[in-house]
Amino acid sequence: MDDSARFVAQHVASLPKSGIRDFFAIVSKMKDAVSLGIGEPDFITPFHIREAAMTALEKGRTSYTDNRGTLALREEISRYVAGNYGPEYNPEDEILVTVGVSEALDALLRATLNPGDKVLYHEPCYVSYAPSVTLCHATPIPIRTVSSDQFALDPAALRAAWQPGCKVLVLNFPTNPTGGTANRQKLEEIAKFAIEKDLLVASDEIYSELTFEGDHVSIASLPGMRERTVFLHGFSKAFAMTGFRIGYACGPAGVIDGMLKIHQYGIMCASIISQEAAVEALKNGRESMLHMRDKYRERRDFIVRRFNELGLPCHLPRGAFYAFPDITSTGLDSMTFASQLLAAQKVAVVPGTAFGAAGAGFCRASFSTSYERIHEAGERIARFLDTLPARK
Amino acid sequence: MNNVLKLLLEGEPLDTAQIGKILNLGAEAVDRELASLRTQGILLGMRAVLNPSYEAERRVRAVIEIKIRTEGTGGFDGIAERISQFEQVESCFLMSGGYDLLVVVTADNLYKVAGFVHERLARIEGVQGTSTHFFLRAYKKDGFVVTDEGTRRDQPSVSP
Repeated sequence: MDDSARFVAQHVASLPKSGIRDFFAIVSKMKDAVSLGIGEPDFITPFHIREAAMTALEKGRTSYTDNRGTLALREEISRYVAGNYGPEYNPEDEILVTVGVSEALDALLRATLNPGDKVLYHEPCYVSYAPSVTLCHATPIPIRTVSSDQFALDPAALRAAWQPGCKVLVLNFPTNPTGGTANRQKLEEIAKFAIEKDLLVASDEIYSELTFEGDHVSIASLPGMRERTVFLHGFSKAFAMTGFRIGYACGPAGVIDGMLKIHQYGIMCASIISQEAAVEALKNGRESMLHMRDKYRERRDFIVRRFNELGLPCHLPRGAFYAFPDITSTGLDSMTFASQLLAAQKVAVVPGTAFGAAGAGFCRASFSTSYERIHEAGERIARFLDTLPARK
Repeated sequence: MNNVLKLLLEGEPLDTAQIGKILNLGAEAVDRELASLRTQGILLGMRAVLNPSYEAERRVRAVIEIKIRTEGTGGFDGIAERISQFEQVESCFLMSGGYDLLVVVTADNLYKVAGFVHERLARIEGVQGTSTHFFLRAYKKDGFVVTDEGTRRDQPSVSP
C-alpha cells in the first residue's frame, strides 16, 4: 500500500488539485471529442524556428549556458522589448531567460515573498497564480474582474482589495482565460496606486502580441514603473513555441539577481537548443507571428458571434485566443455545464471556475483551432442547449 | 481578397452552409459569391487534394520540359494552347530558362506517358525536343505536407 503521501508537506498537500487535470483525464479517454479546451496555439512552430533548433543540434550546441541565458538571446530580448514595449533592459544583469513564463513567475514570487506577505492578482486568471503564491507561504488576494468591463482590472476594485501586507501585484493582460486587456488610462491609474502602496508589479504579458484591438501597453513603460516592475514574457503563444519552454524576465538588477539565485540552483539554465530557436524567432519571426494573429482574429469573430447567437452572451476578447461566454442562462454551474456538454455532445470547454471563483457562470473556449472544429462545436452546443429545461 | 475566396484557400473541408455560418452570410449568399467568382474567371473549379501515395498506386505523373521553335508556327501561345487540350495534361506553363514549356501529365502507366510524348507531343509542329521526368514520391502537395506523421500526437486535449 502506498502511504507515501504522508511525506508531502502540509502546505502542498492542502493545495487543491487543478480542475483542468480532472477534466483532461475524461477528455483524453474520449474518442471524437471536439476540444475547445486547448490552451496553446494550434499552429506548429514556424519551420525557420524549428530549423534553428536543428542547426543547434547539428553544430553540437548541447551544453549548459550562462545561468541567465545566452548573451546572444538576452541581447535580442533587450532589443525586442525596447522596440515593442518601450523600456530598455541591460542584457548583462536585467534579463533572465527561464523555462517558460511559469518558471519566471515562480522564481519572482519565491525571490520576493516572505511568509505571510500578500499578493494581489485579478481573477479569473491563469491557474498557477494563487497556488504559486501559496507555495511561498504567502496569501493570494484575488480582485474580481467582470464581463461588463470586458474583464479589465478596475483600479477602484484594486484599491478596495488592497490591505496592509500586500507586496506584489500580478497583472496578466491580455488575460488567460478572458482575453481582458487594460488600456493606457487604466494602467496609469493602476501604476499610480502601485507607487502609492510601494507594490512590486509582476506583469505577465505572454499574450501581448495577440492583441486584436488597439495597441498593447506595458505597465513597465509608464513613468516610475520600470524600477518596480518585472516584465514577464516568452515565446509560447506569439511564436507557437509551447514545447520549447522558453520565457524571460526583465526587471531591475536587484530583483533579477534574487530570481537568478533560485533559477541557478533549481534549474541551472534553459535548454540551449530552445534558446537558439528563440533567437531566430525574435530575429525573423515577425511575419509568421502576424499571420497567426490574423488567423486567431478571424476565428475569434466567428466563435464570439456563434456564442451570442446561441444565447450564451460573450464579450469580444481584445486579446489572447479564448472566448469566455456567460453560461448562467443554462441554469447550470460552470462545472456541471462543462461535464454535461462533454458527456452529451463530446465538446470540451474548460469550466470558468478552473480560473478562480470569479469564473463562476462562465466557461473558456479556445479559438486556437480550425474553423471546421469551431463550427462543429457550435452545432453540438446548440443541440445540447435545446435539451436543457432552463432553455425551453 | 474576397472573404469567401480567402476561406476556400485555407484548405479546410467546408461546405457552403458552413462557410455561410463562418462568414455570417447565409448559404445562398455564398453560392452567389462562388458563382460570381466563376463568372469572373477567378475560380476555375474546386477539387479534392488526394494523398499522392494513394494516387501513385493508380496513376503515374510526369513533368515534361519542351523546347519550341516558334518560326513558322503559331508561336508559344498557339503551341501551348494546343498541348493544353490533351486530357493527359494536368497543367502547362510557359517558362523562362533552358526550355520553353513545362507540362505536367498523368496517365495509367509509364508506357502511356511514353506514347503521349512520342505520338502526340513530338509530332506537333514547332516542338524541337522534350525531356521527361517521372514523379517518384511526394513530400508536399498543394500546401499539404504528406510525410508528417501526427506531429502533434502528444498535445493534451485540455490544457491551462
